[in-house]
Amino acid sequence: MTAQRASGSIRRRLFLQLALIAALLSVGLFLVTRSLAASAVEAMQDGILAASATSIADALRSEDGAITLDLPYSALSMLGTINQDRVFYRVVVDGETLTGYEDLPPPDETPTISRNSFSTFAYRDDEVRMVSVARVVSTGGVPSTVQISVAQTRLGLSAISQRISGVATAAGLGFFLVATALSLWAARSALRPLERMTEAVTRRGPGDLRPLQAETPAELVPFVDALNSFISRLGASLQRSEDLIAEAAHRVRTPLATVRAKAEVTHRKLQKPEHRLTMREMIRAIDESSRSAGQLLDHAMVSFRTDSLSEDTVDLAEIVQETCARLEPAAGLKDVEIRCQTPADAPTVRGDWLLLQSAIRNIVDNAVKYSPDDSVVDVRLEVGANIRISVTDLGRGFGGADLEALKARFARGGNVSDIVGSGLGLTIADEVARAHGARLELEPNKNGEGACVSIVFPLS
Amino acid sequence: MRLDRLSAVLIGWLAVLAAWTLPATALEIEERLVLEAQTPRSVLRILSTADRAPFEPILKAFQAENPDVTIDYTIAGTSDVMKAVSEDGAVFDLVISSAMDLQTKLANDGFARTYRSAATDSLPDWARWRDQLFAFTQEPVVLILSDAAFAGQVVPTTRDELIELLRDEPERFMGKVGTYDVRTSGFGYLMATQDSRVSEAIWRLLEVIGRLDARLYCCSGDMLRDIRSGKLAVAYNVLGSYAAAELRETGGFRIVHMKDFANVMLRTVLILDRAENVADAQRMVDFLATLGRRPDVVAASGLPPIDDAALRGNVALRPIRLGPGLLVYLDRLKRRSFLRNWEASITQE
Repeated sequence: MTAQRASGSIRRRLFLQLALIAALLSVGLFLVTRSLAASAVEAMQDGILAASATSIADALRSEDGAITLDLPYSALSMLGTINQDRVFYRVVVDGETLTGYEDLPPPDETPTISRNSFSTFAYRDDEVRMVSVARVVSTGGVPSTVQISVAQTRLGLSAISQRISGVATAAGLGFFLVATALSLWAARSALRPLERMTEAVTRRGPGDLRPLQAETPAELVPFVDALNSFISRLGASLQRSEDLIAEAAHRVRTPLATVRAKAEVTHRKLQKPEHRLTMREMIRAIDESSRSAGQLLDHAMVSFRTDSLSEDTVDLAEIVQETCARLEPAAGLKDVEIRCQTPADAPTVRGDWLLLQSAIRNIVDNAVKYSPDDSVVDVRLEVGANIRISVTDLGRGFGGADLEALKARFARGGNVSDIVGSGLGLTIADEVARAHGARLELEPNKNGEGACVSIVFPLS
Repeated sequence: MRLDRLSAVLIGWLAVLAAWTLPATALEIEERLVLEAQTPRSVLRILSTADRAPFEPILKAFQAENPDVTIDYTIAGTSDVMKAVSEDGAVFDLVISSAMDLQTKLANDGFARTYRSAATDSLPDWARWRDQLFAFTQEPVVLILSDAAFAGQVVPTTRDELIELLRDEPERFMGKVGTYDVRTSGFGYLMATQDSRVSEAIWRLLEVIGRLDARLYCCSGDMLRDIRSGKLAVAYNVLGSYAAAELRETGGFRIVHMKDFANVMLRTVLILDRAENVADAQRMVDFLATLGRRPDVVAASGLPPIDDAALRGNVALRPIRLGPGLLVYLDRLKRRSFLRNWEASITQE
């Protein structure tokens, strides 16, 4: 199977988009914080300046027909409480400076009784913020307009602004980093169901065609439905093929048995040796065909039964003994001895009796088939770290073939072209082993020529 | 004709000489002290209100550490210093003054240069303003009682006790109470205005000493002289550092630290914005800011250095706060109305 070439990554796209959003939000956060801070700081200064100017205005009074001012200590000292900025003030009565800094410029906009005016300008080498307050004071029955201006440099405030900007920068950056990390996590987490489903599909055995039951997020339900529908169609299609094969095998086997019986009868009647030889070969070919048909049936049965494995308690020793006994006559034709060893206290496993028997039979049958005449096939049931049924022959072995590939359907070794076979025996054994949580092991015979095929059940 | 030419040349010469010797044209100099460096590299020009006696040890100690700096130390009155800097454009590197209000105004009006260093940062917050004005002494204002008048007598330690004492025994103190004439003394004005901020008792006290025909002085030195001579029994608002120095030399009076409150004057230094020798000026500021770490210099000069712990240990001590609040009493109208009230109290009119 070739891996699909990826076109783009959902996770990367999701992550990049979320990170981009986070970056935009961070910049927005920074700008908003900074502008809010700047206006808050300005409002604070304006408020204190207005309070200062108002307290000066409240201290104005008329004395001996002239306006005078008893400058309150707090009017200027309050400006020194929040920062160390320079302070200037000027009180103007009808255009004449009453007291204060005479060169302090008038406000941009003349203040009225109800409205203070604020201005910003450069004064004595620094930028200052000035508030001007207007009052009407009556002197000797004549009302005079008094304009009180209080100004302050803005160095302390710009220091505060800068500090806030620094904090805003740090906050924006921190927000961005955290949001990016969370985006990464979110992108991963959003795709986790997909990974889970992928894993669920990957973990399945080759014959597992049950519909996918994994927890499915709403967005993936259509996909899973489509997949399940595909699986069920595939299953139906496979089933039809299996049925067809089984049906075909079944239909072929019965006539073959009839043909074989007739051939046997004919063989006995024939006198000429060359005719008898031909008939012998015919009978062998019929036997092989019949065997293949049997194996095809077996395989169909295996495929069918592993889908719904029955959970009987199976005595392995009994199966091994019985299989050996059943194959003994066939082996006897080749003078092959089957040596069967089972321990007295062999354990039981849970599984399908018919399938296990079929698997063991196919392995032993294979061993006998590839054994040279007048040799021995060892069948052993051993219990150690796990339960092992091993079948060892003295045949030609696997000839260096890919052992895993031999388990595939219809695969045969490279050194067996002279022997008729279907290539299904090991496939059946392998599928049965896997259905029981066991494994099929192929290896060369450790004691010399030949092969050793084992089914290994883990002791659980 | 020749004589005219000669005199013209002479006058020109004198003008050059004057321009060279006097940094400012219209400054009324009280005293000038030039400490020549052995290998002169630069000149540090200081305009100060502090007398020679307490300051010479400090200057010498500075020069010992900076042997290639010639120190040109000019002493003038507080208002002359203010005027020279803000109006006449006198060129100095440093301005040292006990007039905290005028120093604050100089800094506020933009005549000071900003400077920050580890030394200035080590000053408590109340001892610096804008990183332009640095306090380097803390000098409490005290009450002086002559030993002759108070031998075996109860000593008043608060203003209320003093008022009571003066009120109860007018014949004993008639004409024998002295204080600053705030109309002529900038320092006296600063202390009187600060008194008035803290307590209304100051007005009652002024009334009482006004009734006793108070003597008014321009300076602490004159008051101490009259205390010693027996002309005065009580001197109110005398600078403690001067009094302590006098007491060590002559004796004859006692120093009372008031227990209700005692204003603490901070002598301050600022680097002028037009300073020509900024590096040495900064070095001097650092030197002054860390004066407390040189007990020998402190002992020689008699000026108490900045000591935050001493202030925290005595709640009555109130350092005058640097900042725009000090500008309030410099306001023309404020000063006029304060002086009017002061005069009304002290002259009983």
